[in-house]
Amino acid sequence: MAMQASVTRPLEGSTMKRVQFSSPLLPYLFLAPQLAVIVIFFYWPSVRAIQSSFYLEDPFGFGSTFVGLDNYLGVLANPEYLAIARFTAIFTALVTFFSLALGLLLAVKADAVIRGNATYKTLLISVYAIAPPVAGLIGMMFFDQHIGPFVKIAAFFGWEMKVGLSYFDTAFAMVVIAVWKQIPYNFIFFLSGLQGLPASVREAAAIDCRSGIKRFWTVIFPLLAPTAFFLLIINVTYALFDTFGVIDVMVKDKAANNPITLVYKVYMDGFRGNDIGGSSAQSVILMIVVFVLTVLQFRFIERRIHYT
Amino acid sequence: MHRTRILDHAVLILGALFLVLPVVVAFMTSSHEAAAIHSRGLMLSPGGHFVETYEKVLTRQGGFTGQVTGARMMMNSFILGIGFAAGKIVLSMLAAYAIVYFRFRFATLAFWVIFTTLLLPLEVRIMPSYEVMSSLGLINSYTGLIVPLLASATGTFYFRQFFKSVPEELLEAARIDGAGPFKFFIDVLVPLSKTMIAAIFIIMFVYGWNQYLWPMLMTTDERFFTLMRGIKQILQVWIGSQIPDYNEAFALAVLAMLPPVLVVVIFQSWFIKGLTESDK
Amino acid sequence: MATIEIDKVSKVYHGNVPAVSEVDISIADGEFIVLVGPSGCGKSTLLRMVAGLETISSGTVRIGGRVVNDVEPADRDIAMVFQNYALYPHMTVRENLAYGLKNRRTPKPEIEARVAEAARMLELGPYLDRKPRALSGGQRQRVAMGRAIVRQPSAFLFDEPLSNLDAKLRVSMRGEIKRLQRRVGTTSLYVTHDQLEAMTLADRLVVLSGGRIEQIGRPLDVYHAPASTFVASFIGSPAMNLVQGELHGSRLAIGPALIDLGKAVPTQGAVTVGFRAEDLQVAAPGGTAGHVGTMPLRVDYVEELGSQRLVHGTVGDQTVTVALGADAPLSGEMPVAVPIGRLHFFDAETGRRLAWSSVEAHRTTTAADLLEIAR
Repeated sequence: MAMQASVTRPLEGSTMKRVQFSSPLLPYLFLAPQLAVIVIFFYWPSVRAIQSSFYLEDPFGFGSTFVGLDNYLGVLANPEYLAIARFTAIFTALVTFFSLALGLLLAVKADAVIRGNATYKTLLISVYAIAPPVAGLIGMMFFDQHIGPFVKIAAFFGWEMKVGLSYFDTAFAMVVIAVWKQIPYNFIFFLSGLQGLPASVREAAAIDCRSGIKRFWTVIFPLLAPTAFFLLIINVTYALFDTFGVIDVMVKDKAANNPITLVYKVYMDGFRGNDIGGSSAQSVILMIVVFVLTVLQFRFIERRIHYT
Repeated sequence: MHRTRILDHAVLILGALFLVLPVVVAFMTSSHEAAAIHSRGLMLSPGGHFVETYEKVLTRQGGFTGQVTGARMMMNSFILGIGFAAGKIVLSMLAAYAIVYFRFRFATLAFWVIFTTLLLPLEVRIMPSYEVMSSLGLINSYTGLIVPLLASATGTFYFRQFFKSVPEELLEAARIDGAGPFKFFIDVLVPLSKTMIAAIFIIMFVYGWNQYLWPMLMTTDERFFTLMRGIKQILQVWIGSQIPDYNEAFALAVLAMLPPVLVVVIFQSWFIKGLTESDK
Repeated sequence: MATIEIDKVSKVYHGNVPAVSEVDISIADGEFIVLVGPSGCGKSTLLRMVAGLETISSGTVRIGGRVVNDVEPADRDIAMVFQNYALYPHMTVRENLAYGLKNRRTPKPEIEARVAEAARMLELGPYLDRKPRALSGGQRQRVAMGRAIVRQPSAFLFDEPLSNLDAKLRVSMRGEIKRLQRRVGTTSLYVTHDQLEAMTLADRLVVLSGGRIEQIGRPLDVYHAPASTFVASFIGSPAMNLVQGELHGSRLAIGPALIDLGKAVPTQGAVTVGFRAEDLQVAAPGGTAGHVGTMPLRVDYVEELGSQRLVHGTVGDQTVTVALGADAPLSGEMPVAVPIGRLHFFDAETGRRLAWSSVEAHRTTTAADLLEIAR
């Protein structure tokens, strides 16, 4: 809409309203609460994080010394950190792929059926609101040594599953639980993306192409690509950060032999290990990762405006 | 055509089972006794100890100090969810109003100061945030629980997008009709945003209710524990016990997921609208 | 009721070419002025400057003798009807009508009386308690008009109010606007890109192009004596034929055709010649009688409109359209004739009408004629 307006009328920047109020005080008054909260609880801590990543803090609180990039070098040279980074990458890739793929599959099917459409939708969405730690708790029960049905099923196939003891088994359970919790989110977006496609395009595709599967990959999916890309970023962010609750419930503060992600490592080092400098350096490294992701997302949103 | 439709339904039913069954099982199992669960595993049918278990979870004085009950944790979760949602709406609506509808010198700067917060989730700056909170003396307070979570731009971003989609002629008509900034906001913009406000309220309530890491760090005093914090607690007590209180753990999980799940299911259409339209 | 004086008004957006430059219009009390032009010509910007929705870069706007450059829109005593109606979607029709009065602290009984009066005039009575979304396009349009009327302002400003309606409704609403304006007698400034709307509504119309006034005048004066090739091609449908000609003494050459103008004219050499499709006729066989010019027309295609046929063809290599009677004889190549007095001459370079170019006395015009011209 804004784009259209800029064609017919010369605008002073298409993001602005043509007519605005001007008042010397009011806008600042309206912005003040939001800005105050952000400055105190966002900028201050963020600056502190960056700052303390360059310092070595005395564990007993007697001042700190500037150590330059030592904290970063220490972190990056630590084989444990690198192993965790590798696990995080694999975990993120698996969670993102499976939750996107299953969400898309279910959305396509839900879009295709007419009977029971609303019921499926409600059922598939309901799990969205479950918090990661609750998902972790329920998941743990399903993977429990004594009562977990999944362990019994695995045993049937000769897989002696020991979640919490075996690194691989715990990682497997983590991925399953993280995917389970994220499917509804992707389902919601894919479904609304599908339902937003113009009927005429589908009809044209139906006339041009007989194979439903081919039609999906050549016409429908490319049109869904913007949604899929948006979700890709969101899911990567989810797997990196929001799975904290799942992991914390599953490893119960005992990271010893268990797989953990980078965010969990930040928390462990900062709060359990009291390594403020190292933890801050890790925070900053993660900040850079998020920054890159967000820039990607913004650039992409800019581009999408031209599509629509 | 018919063949594929049956397949479609099969996939959907499998998917729905995979997603919903764990929740149903959690609920059913919570109504059995711990010993029964220990010997027979997870349950798919209701047991006879529903009232007993839930009463115990809600009212028993638990924790190290014996000061916290399930009901108390639930209340705290509600305070966090509702307080966060309400605060978010007020702050972000006002900020978005200023950004979209006013011409002022530092508009661009204000925009960037606010929207930079989208770059860094709380999880990556959790250590220094904690330090700031303790130096402000806000540990173990509702303020400390809620206000720092408001330091993000999501709500502002949603409202900004929405305000920008409001036809410009409405403001022009209102100005000709003699409405100033306050009158326009209250008479026109707020009523127009009703659905949007409802949608954001739901999304933010769920977000606040489901907070885990932040409440965990901010509350050492058990009187401020939320249900999410309680879940960690119950798991810590668990280690080393002979027959863990599976039933109580499940009951707590059910209590922790019931309100957000209900809200999402009941207000489905608003919720989906708010969620999917805000990314545009 | 009030006059509006627009005095050397310009609008310049940061460093761009002016959207409106040095426009002068003086509007009499109760007059209906239509600003017409293609999109981007500055007509809406000009209207919005009068409304106070757009700042004035230079010049002055006076409403009822008072300079309003720095007056808030709400205090200019104007009312505006928007293209998309701009009704408040969450208020009922009644609340929509009353909102402006309420903000002005008009006493309640007075508001009720005025709303009732407007509702009666616009036949909105049955819809007063409905929300805008429950109304049809035409009804919404009427509410938008009602919102302007209840205010009893000194001027109405209309910003393309009919463009969102379908063709049939547009014609009937056009009539309604005219009737209403006559009745309340309020000074009106109306913006449209539709020349037919402009012709039928205006007491005087202002043709704008590139932010400048091309011509101001009564609709028929503009129609019969367009001040430039731009106006000539913009007003009237089908558009006036404009062809390149060559003047030698008293003779005009258009491609292969040579027309004797009967007397020497002041301009010599290249010239742009205009003539309306409906002023052309099939030339009588065996030469032309009287004071007419004849051109050979090669026919490309014919549009049958029922009441007339539009013959599109070429004279030399220039396209020409001829409006003929429904049963006029047709052939692939035929001579067409135009009365010398109906030829319009424009400067070949600037496109301005040449001073000596005059038109035969206007024929008496009836409403039916107007419609026909416009069609």
